[in-house]
Amino acid sequence: MPAEPTLVAHHFDTLEQQREADTLGMWVFLATEVMVFGALFTGYAAYRGTHAEEFEAASRHLNVLIGGVNTIVLLTSSLTMALSVHATRVGRQRRLVTCLVLTALLGTMFMGFKAVEYYIDYRDNLVPGLAFRTSDWTERGLRAENVRFVQLFLLFYYIMTGLHALHLTVGIGLLIVLAVLAARGRFGPEYYMPVEVSGLYWHFVDVVWIFLLPLLYLIGTHTSLY
Amino acid sequence: MSERIVPQRTYYLVFLLLIALTVLTVGMSFVHLGAWHGVLGLVIAVCKALLVILFFMHVLYSSRLTWLVLLASLLWLAILLALTLADFLTRSWLAY
Repeated sequence: MPAEPTLVAHHFDTLEQQREADTLGMWVFLATEVMVFGALFTGYAAYRGTHAEEFEAASRHLNVLIGGVNTIVLLTSSLTMALSVHATRVGRQRRLVTCLVLTALLGTMFMGFKAVEYYIDYRDNLVPGLAFRTSDWTERGLRAENVRFVQLFLLFYYIMTGLHALHLTVGIGLLIVLAVLAARGRFGPEYYMPVEVSGLYWHFVDVVWIFLLPLLYLIGTHTSLY
Repeated sequence: MSERIVPQRTYYLVFLLLIALTVLTVGMSFVHLGAWHGVLGLVIAVCKALLVILFFMHVLYSSRLTWLVLLASLLWLAILLALTLADFLTRSWLAY
């Protein structure tokens, strides 16, 4: 007989088995996410391997300052997410709500910086099809027929950061739901798995960004922060 | 995750390491390192990802089944990368 019939679903024997299944379910989902982002990383690697010069030239014109600051914002949000899990497990209700709201706010701050960055990219003629001049790049020493690989890099940049931002938006939504439920006292030392598995998702999105930073912003030697 | 509660001190320590590595990797992009930028950037990223996965995502304290799913996803990613790059990066070896 399960010890707490209200917490253990009928198809599980114990609370511990149920938690194990919750964790496993999220990890299997994250494994599929690894393949989603993995396909983009693979495409990126193939073209960076064959067109390193154009990728480097394009990367130097991205905004390292905003990219770096956003990395720190996202890492801080991962800390507050981890502290949320801790607060649930030790039963500190108000601290849990505070940490969840802080995490959502940091995520929103990242999105705000990203929006400003996209605008700056647009202003700097770094958007293929919308604001882009081949002559900018031939003046910087690239051959005219190779400028399309600068465009290819920029498309990788928009699609990879865009898909990452989409995941972050879903994460912020999750956090708002969690914060409302936490404020109503739904979570505690016995029932903490929704916070734990949402945390797994949030940290995964952070890990994707950890790889996007060096691959998109930090190729080659930079001379200016922005 | 196991029944163990990870102490807050661990989280703060991991966070400080992550920030230090971020400052290091951004700082290094202003030093002339030639082809090493790519390699060192990835090495630092892997270190940061490991810190997040092992401590923030509690894999260090998780069951073998969780480890298995994680390692399987990395294995499949490795197959995807290895077979694709085996094609793309060796095309220039043939003169045509």
